[in-house]
Amino acid sequence: MRKQLMKGNEAIVKSAILSGCRAFYGYPITPASEIAEAAAVFMPKAGGVYVQAESEVAAINMLYGGASAGIRAMTASSGPGISLMQEGISYMAGAELPCVIADITRGGPGLGNIAAEQGDYHQVVKGGGHGNYRTIVLAPHSVQEMADLTALAFELADRYRNPVVILADGFVGQMMEPVAFPQKAIGSSMPPWAVAGTAETRPNMINSLHMDVDDLERHVRALEAKYKIAEQREARAEEWCTADAEIVLVGYGIVGRILKAVTAEARANGLKVGVLRPITLYPFPVVQFQRLAFNARAFLVVEMSNGQLVEDVKLALNGSRPVEFLSRVGGNVPSHEEVLNFVHGLARRTVDEERMANV
Amino acid sequence: MSSEHVTSAESYQGTTPVVPNEAEKPAGFSPSESADPTLDYTVAHGRAKAFYEHYERKDELQHQTHYCPGCGHGTVHKMLARAIDDLGVQDRTILVGPVGCSVFTYYYFDVGNVQAAHGRAPAVATAMKRSRPNSIVISYQGDGDLSAIGSAEILHAANRGENITVIFVNNAIYSMTGGQCAPTTLLGQKSTTTPDGRSAATEGYPLHVSELLSTLEAPVYIERVALGDNKQVAQASRAIKRALENQVRGLGFSLIEVLSPCPTIWKMTPVDAQRWVHDVMEKTFPLGVFCDRTKERTPQPHALESSAAPGTLPKAAPTLADIPGILGVAEENLPEGNAHAVVSEHDIDLQVRIAGFGGQGVLLLGEVLAEAGLDAGLEVSWLPSYGPEMRSGTSNCCVRIESETIDSPLVNSPNVLVAMNEPSLRKFDKSVRPGGWVIYNGDEFPANCARDDVHVLALPFTHLADELGDTRASNMVMLGALLEITGVLPQASIDAALRRLVKNPRWVELDERAMARGRELYKESLLGGVKCVPMAIQT
Amino acid sequence: MTDAKKPDRGQLRIDVDECKGCGLCIEACPPKVISMSERLNHYGYRTAIYGGAGCTGCGICFMICPEPGAITVLRLASKCVGLAAEANAAGQEAASCASN
Repeated sequence: MRKQLMKGNEAIVKSAILSGCRAFYGYPITPASEIAEAAAVFMPKAGGVYVQAESEVAAINMLYGGASAGIRAMTASSGPGISLMQEGISYMAGAELPCVIADITRGGPGLGNIAAEQGDYHQVVKGGGHGNYRTIVLAPHSVQEMADLTALAFELADRYRNPVVILADGFVGQMMEPVAFPQKAIGSSMPPWAVAGTAETRPNMINSLHMDVDDLERHVRALEAKYKIAEQREARAEEWCTADAEIVLVGYGIVGRILKAVTAEARANGLKVGVLRPITLYPFPVVQFQRLAFNARAFLVVEMSNGQLVEDVKLALNGSRPVEFLSRVGGNVPSHEEVLNFVHGLARRTVDEERMANV
Repeated sequence: MSSEHVTSAESYQGTTPVVPNEAEKPAGFSPSESADPTLDYTVAHGRAKAFYEHYERKDELQHQTHYCPGCGHGTVHKMLARAIDDLGVQDRTILVGPVGCSVFTYYYFDVGNVQAAHGRAPAVATAMKRSRPNSIVISYQGDGDLSAIGSAEILHAANRGENITVIFVNNAIYSMTGGQCAPTTLLGQKSTTTPDGRSAATEGYPLHVSELLSTLEAPVYIERVALGDNKQVAQASRAIKRALENQVRGLGFSLIEVLSPCPTIWKMTPVDAQRWVHDVMEKTFPLGVFCDRTKERTPQPHALESSAAPGTLPKAAPTLADIPGILGVAEENLPEGNAHAVVSEHDIDLQVRIAGFGGQGVLLLGEVLAEAGLDAGLEVSWLPSYGPEMRSGTSNCCVRIESETIDSPLVNSPNVLVAMNEPSLRKFDKSVRPGGWVIYNGDEFPANCARDDVHVLALPFTHLADELGDTRASNMVMLGALLEITGVLPQASIDAALRRLVKNPRWVELDERAMARGRELYKESLLGGVKCVPMAIQT
Repeated sequence: MTDAKKPDRGQLRIDVDECKGCGLCIEACPPKVISMSERLNHYGYRTAIYGGAGCTGCGICFMICPEPGAITVLRLASKCVGLAAEANAAGQEAASCASN
C-alpha cells in the first residue's frame, strides 16, 4: 500500500469521506482548523454539505440536524469549542443520534493557549454535558490512526447510535506522517429511524424529551445497557513490550509515542518496561490493565494534563498495584529524559520497597 | 383557500360520521340533528390531515392539545397544518420543534418531527434542509427560544438565506417557565422577573425581530401578523401559507412573526387576551410585511423538480468509485513508495529542527525533507510549531527521517539545526546533539553561541538567494547545504518531493537552482578551510 | 337571520372532548350562533355549543379555535340548492367573512 505524507487533521477528513460522511459543520479554532479547511475543499466535491457555523453551539446543533436527517456527519473543534458543544452532545446522546466529533486539544482552562495539552480528558471522556450519558472516545497517536480510528468512529457511532469523539492532542492533529487509506469508499444507507422529509420516514421522530418519569428511567436504563455492551466489546488498547513488563507506562495520544521511545531506552538500560496505551478512553480498557497487573510491580501514568487519565487507571486497577503519576501541563511535553529519570527512580524505589518487605 | 380546500374535503352524507370515532362518542357533538338529512353537507373546515387523529402524549387527553384555553399556539398550529395540506407537502415536511410551550409539536403534527435544543432549531433546520433539499423544513419557535437564547442561530440562518420557513410565535413573555421577562416583553409589562414592569433602563427595549432580520439581504419574506381579531387571523393564515409556499418554490428564507395571546400568564380571559394583542401589543409591534423579495428571486430548480427522488442531494453526487480520486488518495495517483530507495550501511537517524521567522519558508523546507524521505523509502515525520507564530514571530518544525519505525515525532535533541535567524539560533543551539550540525543564516556566527562540540556552517544564505533572484529561496539554499552535509537523501527524491509540493514550475526551477547553490556553498566552505567536516549520520 | 324556507348554508359540529371552552369562537362568530354550554365535559371544561341553526359556513370559528379538531364546519353542497354562488362566496376565504 502506497503512503502519502499528510497532516493528521487532513487524514480525519479524507477518512471520514471514505467512510460515507457527507456533512461537516464547524467553527474554526486552532489547532483544529485544518479539519474545517479540508472539509470545505473536499465535502462539496464528494457531493456533501459544508457549513461554517456561527458558533460551536450552532455547529453541534447542525450536527444534530444532519444526523437526524440520516446523514453521516461530523464536526471538529478544540477544548473551548468542545465546551460550547456539550449541550448538543448531551442532546444527541439523549436522542440517540450517531455523529463523529474531533477534539484536537489545546491548553486550558479558559483561553489557555494553543499548545498541545490533554486537559479535555474529563470533559470528553466523562461527558461534559448534562444527564446520564456517555460518549465513545477514541484516542489516536499517529496520523495513520487518525485515519483508521475515524473510520472506526463512524462505524461505532452508527452501531451504538451515539456520539463518538476522536480525542487527539494538537501534535497528532498538526503533524505529518505517511498514511495509507486501504479502505474502499463506502456510502451510508438511510437509517430506518431518520427524519428525511420522505413518506417512508414521516412517522419518525427525533427527540430527547421524556416527560414521564418512568419513561425517562426506561430510556436512561436502555442507554446504560447499550453502554454496557460497548464496554464489553469495544475497549481497545495497544501493548508495547508488555510481555515481561514490571513497570507499565500508561499514556494516550502523543504521550504514547514518547513512552515508546522511553521504553526502548529503558530496556537498553536493563529495565523491564512496557507501554499500555489506551486507544479507547471510553470504554476504558479495564481488562488489559487487570491482566498486566499480574506481572507488573507498578504503573506509571504520564499525562499532559493534571491527573485525569490517572483516575481511570486507578479505578481499573482498583488498588491492586501502585499507580505513579507524571504530568506536564500548559502545553509542555514530558521529555524523554524526564520520563526516563522517573522510570529509573521508580524502579529503584520498587526494588527497595521489595527489599524492605523481605527484611 | 376554497379551491385547494375543496379537493381535500370529505364528502359528508347525512349521518355518515365525519370523524371516524364519532359513533363511539355520540355525546361528543353538539346538535346538528335539526339539519335535514336529505341535504348534502360537505366538510369545508375540519381537522387538517397534517394533524394526527389522536395525540399520544398521555393516556388521557388524547383529543386535546396541551395548550391552555385560548392559547395562540393551537391557532397557529392549525394555520400551519392547513398550509401543509393545501400545498400537498405532508410527506416532505420536517417540523423542528423548540423548547417552550410548543415543545410538544411532535405529538400533533403528522410529519417528520425533530425536537431541538432551546433556541437551536434554525441550526438544526439548516443542516436538515442542506442535506435533504427536497424536504420542507419548518422551524417553529417561541419568543424566548428565538429572540433570546437562539438569537444567534436565527440571525445567521436568516443571513445565510437558508431555504426554510420559520414560524415565530411572540407572546411577549416566557410562558412555559411561568411568566418571566422575555426580550419581547413590552415596556411596563409585569413579569415574574420584572415585578414592577419592564424598564428600558434595566431590561432594554422590546426586541423587534422582524424589523431586525429585515435589514439583512438574504431573507426573502418577513411579515408580522397577529391573532387579535378575525381579520388578523385570516391574514396570519395567508402569511403562513405564503411563507411555506416560498420554500416549496425554493425562494429562500421566510419568517412569519405571530403576535399571539397567552391568557394564562397574562392573567386574562381568552377574549381579553385576544383584544390585548390587538389593542396593546400591536402598538409596540406593528403589523406588516417587512421584507418581500419573492419577485426578485429565482426559484431554485431542485425545489421544483417533482421528479427528483425525495431525499436525494441536489446535484449529481460522484460515485463511490470516484471518491478516492477526488480525495487524492487513490492508489494509482500516489507516488511510488521506495521510488529512490536509499541503501545505507548505517541506520539512518536524521533529526532536524528548522527554525526561523514566519514567512521564511521554515515549514516548507521541512516538508520537502520529509516528503523526500518518504520517497527514499524511509520512515518520516514532520511536526510544526503552530498558531499565531505562523503569521509572525518564530516558527519552527521538526523532521525525523529514519530507517526504523519512528517512536516519537518529537525532537528534543536534533542532530541538525537549521536556524534562519539569530533568535532561532539562540533558542535552539543548546539542544543540538554533540557532533551535530548548525546551519545558520547570518553574516557571522554570534560568538557567544559558539560550541566546540558541534559543526557550524554560517553563511548569509539570504544574500545568496538574492543573487539567484529571490530572497524567498533562502530556505532552499539552506536545504541544499543540509543535503550536501548529511548526504542521506538522493537528489532524485528531493526533486520528486519538490515537484509534489511546489506547483508553480517557475518556483521549482528557482528552488532547484537554490539547492544546487547551497550544495556548492558547502563544498566551497570546505575548500576555503572553514572548520567543518561532513558528519556520518548514524546512530 | 336564517330564511325558514332556505336551508342553512353551513353546519357546525363541536367535539366536546376537544373543546376547552375558551370562548374565542363565540366572540368570533359573525351570525352569533355559538354559545357556552352549561354542562362540563370530561375534562371539566364548559364547552362551546352550536345553537343548531343559522350557520353560514364561513369558517371563522374554525380558524380562530385553538384546537385542531374541536370545530368542524360543513357547507351545503352546491348541487342541493341553488345556493352555489352564495356558498362559494362564503367560502372564498375566511377573510371575506371576517369583514362580516
